[in-house]
Amino acid sequence: MFTEKIKENLKQIVGSKNVDFKKSSLLVYSYDATPQFQSLPDAIVSPRNTNEVSQVVKLCNDNRIPIVPRGSGTNLSAGTTPLEGGIVLLFKHMDQILDIDEENLTITTQPGIITQDLIHEVEARGLFYPPDPSSMKISQIGGNINENSGGLRGLKYGVTRDYVLGLEIVLPNGEIIRTGGKLAKDVAGYDLTRLFVGSEGTLGIITEATLKLIPKPETKKTMLALYQNIDAAARSVSAIISNRIVPATLEFLDQPTLQVVEDFAQIGLPTEVKAVLLIEQDGPEVVVQQDMQQIAQICEENHAVEVSLAKTAEEAEGLTTARRSALSALARLKPTTILEDATVPRSEIANMVKAIENIAKKYDVTICTFGHAGDGNLHPTCLTDVRNTEEIERVELAFEDIFHKAIGLGGTITGEHGVGAMKSAYLHLKVGEAGVEAMQQIKNAFDPNNIMNPGKIFAKSERKRVVVSS
Amino acid sequence: MMNTKEKQKIQTEFKEKMDYDELLNCMRCGFCLPSCPTYIESGKDEAHSPRGRIAMMKAVVDGDIEPDEDVKRSLDLCLGCRACEPVCPSGVNYGHLLEQARDIIYQNSNQSLPIKAARNMAFEHLFPNQKRMIGFTSLVGFYQRSGLQNVTRKTGLLNLFPETLRTMEKVLPAIPKKSEMQNRPRYLPSLTEEKKKVAFFSGCLMDTVFMATNDATTKLLQYAGCEIIVPETQGCCGALHGHSGERERAKEMAKKNIKAFEDEQVDYIITNAGGCGAFLVDYDHLLKDEPNWAERALAFTKKIKDITSILIELNFHQLDLQLDEQIITYQDSCHLKNGQKTFMEPRQLLQSIKGVEYVEMKDASRCCGSAGIYNIVESEMSMQILEYKMEQTKKTNAKTIVTANPGCLLQMKLGIEKEGLSEEMEAVHIVDILLKAYENCNRLTTSN
Repeated sequence: MFTEKIKENLKQIVGSKNVDFKKSSLLVYSYDATPQFQSLPDAIVSPRNTNEVSQVVKLCNDNRIPIVPRGSGTNLSAGTTPLEGGIVLLFKHMDQILDIDEENLTITTQPGIITQDLIHEVEARGLFYPPDPSSMKISQIGGNINENSGGLRGLKYGVTRDYVLGLEIVLPNGEIIRTGGKLAKDVAGYDLTRLFVGSEGTLGIITEATLKLIPKPETKKTMLALYQNIDAAARSVSAIISNRIVPATLEFLDQPTLQVVEDFAQIGLPTEVKAVLLIEQDGPEVVVQQDMQQIAQICEENHAVEVSLAKTAEEAEGLTTARRSALSALARLKPTTILEDATVPRSEIANMVKAIENIAKKYDVTICTFGHAGDGNLHPTCLTDVRNTEEIERVELAFEDIFHKAIGLGGTITGEHGVGAMKSAYLHLKVGEAGVEAMQQIKNAFDPNNIMNPGKIFAKSERKRVVVSS
Repeated sequence: MMNTKEKQKIQTEFKEKMDYDELLNCMRCGFCLPSCPTYIESGKDEAHSPRGRIAMMKAVVDGDIEPDEDVKRSLDLCLGCRACEPVCPSGVNYGHLLEQARDIIYQNSNQSLPIKAARNMAFEHLFPNQKRMIGFTSLVGFYQRSGLQNVTRKTGLLNLFPETLRTMEKVLPAIPKKSEMQNRPRYLPSLTEEKKKVAFFSGCLMDTVFMATNDATTKLLQYAGCEIIVPETQGCCGALHGHSGERERAKEMAKKNIKAFEDEQVDYIITNAGGCGAFLVDYDHLLKDEPNWAERALAFTKKIKDITSILIELNFHQLDLQLDEQIITYQDSCHLKNGQKTFMEPRQLLQSIKGVEYVEMKDASRCCGSAGIYNIVESEMSMQILEYKMEQTKKTNAKTIVTANPGCLLQMKLGIEKEGLSEEMEAVHIVDILLKAYENCNRLTTSN
């Protein structure tokens, strides 16, 4: 299928420097940050502009070649693993900020820019782009939009979706469309912008985005609340929210996670307690002060053994940076770490934490839990070893139970990592068979030849996990 | 080009020798990517990132790909700066994996005759033998002093060499005379109240080309209150060998050094070259499979300390130190920072000098591109990396760039020369500038 002629065509479109067929190169784009998934593509292509993207897509569509847009490959649902081969599309030449509009408070950018670089650029102008996935130092904004990434500030500020105002998209037939704009209001037809945010590269290629900015909050304070009882920590979360306080960040880490994070970051985290909450509030100084006092009081009422404020901005930064390393730090303990992001209404967080504990016991597996407790988005992470097939089976059963439990509590199978290939077998649990069918019809309407990131979102068979060994 | 038989041999040895647990320890999160100079300079090519290189090693073990020229290319282009290690939350020992992989590839591929001869000459005959090192470097010294250098420069004979080597020829310090290199002190008393007894690891290049810096190091130690022993039987640390796929030879050199130092009753073994120090502290890993040596190696590594670290311990920074008013910036030695975790100490020392305004450059901890012999064998990438480094240096308006490793020192000198800045900027080793700062004040007090 991937003929010499197609190779030649690709070279003509993007220049021979920007097409790579070397076996070693194919190998390094055969994975993302998801364990157990790996599959070789046929070519790596790096277009230089939208027009070239359009020509590449057209070529793929005419020849039924799969095409997988990829940022930095940090995603956690095998969303950028080229399961059916084809082209992996890179955006290394399309990484420029096009415009920061201080009158409309928007930024227009190409997809290849690193999230944190974008954040630095806008913050230098006193502006704020809140979505901050843990991988923001590495991830690209195009990837964030395709995955609708969340982050630590999701509780108060929402997720990527809430900041995307407009997109330039190359459709699977090669047509280029523009949706939305620098507009607060726009009801002209279907909201394609929202449809494409979180579409996991299955509907088209995003080649440009206009994002909403807000004024940068005046101040920020960071606090740690320590607990000798996981349940007490979880109850504090619900109590804070029900007291009408919405902190910018409200993160939960259990003891094993704390220990490995401290092992890596060496910043003096309390490793002797059963759980901590990492709480941040930002805004006008008076409000922040008042909120933090009240939060401290609520935590103490809910049996926090200690509550302490970070004394300096550096100390605060150290705490949130350390939290962002949690998943990777857990890999210190076992060869394989499998994490999920089942999410429940925030009022159910204590029940979910308890359920996870019970499920881990039932299947005799090690599950560490951390995550964005404030928005009900937990990251139960199983420590295991891919070589131990018997245990891996139990791990999968445990996660299946966790999904069912989350749904039972009014939650979802994935809060921010996406369905990808990892959770496609469970999508129906959340949206029902009819829901899956409706989504499939949308997919077919845009991409009748199924060239856009095939094998994602929709399960191919009854198999629980589409495990592809390389 | 590698032939099929070589590839098979390499693949088999990968399966047998690579540490598979360590390979699995990489969970592919990508946190290493922004720290990797070759990933950045290659325009974010995953094949030139730590994550990509580990994936390739694992794929060779798993039999998914062959260890072809492209795999070798990717491993060759790695600086070995290990900037990926401190940022890796999973704690992957990338440096160890790289050494293992390079060793297997180099020991099992047939290199072209000239390369083989050059490697053999350098790795087997020159570096392991300090007498030959002295002989060789004194030839360079003769070249510099005899007028031959002038003749060569004038005749354009140097134009036959690649540009990097030509510039390198210009920035090489004046080599001491052979007789000076042969008669090195073996014992030095403390010049103040004695606080510690130390042994000095003098190194191969440091004790020849950079002999003056070694002398400055022992001077500083004497001023700081150290009695110093310099064992005669020590030799090259073996880092160049270890990083270039010559592990067995590196092991021999490690054993020689352990023997040379283990009978000395000292508190520390002091080094002044980040690259050597990081390799010395890793001897226990290098010799982990040799029952007679593992424990002795561990005892040795526990005593290794960089000069800046002991100076801080002995409160040298609280003494009077002064220089002419100037801006100073510091370029981290990758291996001092990533291998020995020493990075605050040099900064603290420089900041305590009166007259000095210390300005931190952006990305000070990013490799300068020297990386052993990398700047000669991978000149193009090395110069690209150096260009970025010089941009950042220039922004600080520093008069002096301070380094803590001979390779970095030469590379920064090279950068200054290339930028045509030799009038307004100089690169120095940290001990040279500290000694000057100390003796400035000392002379002041004695003249009063």
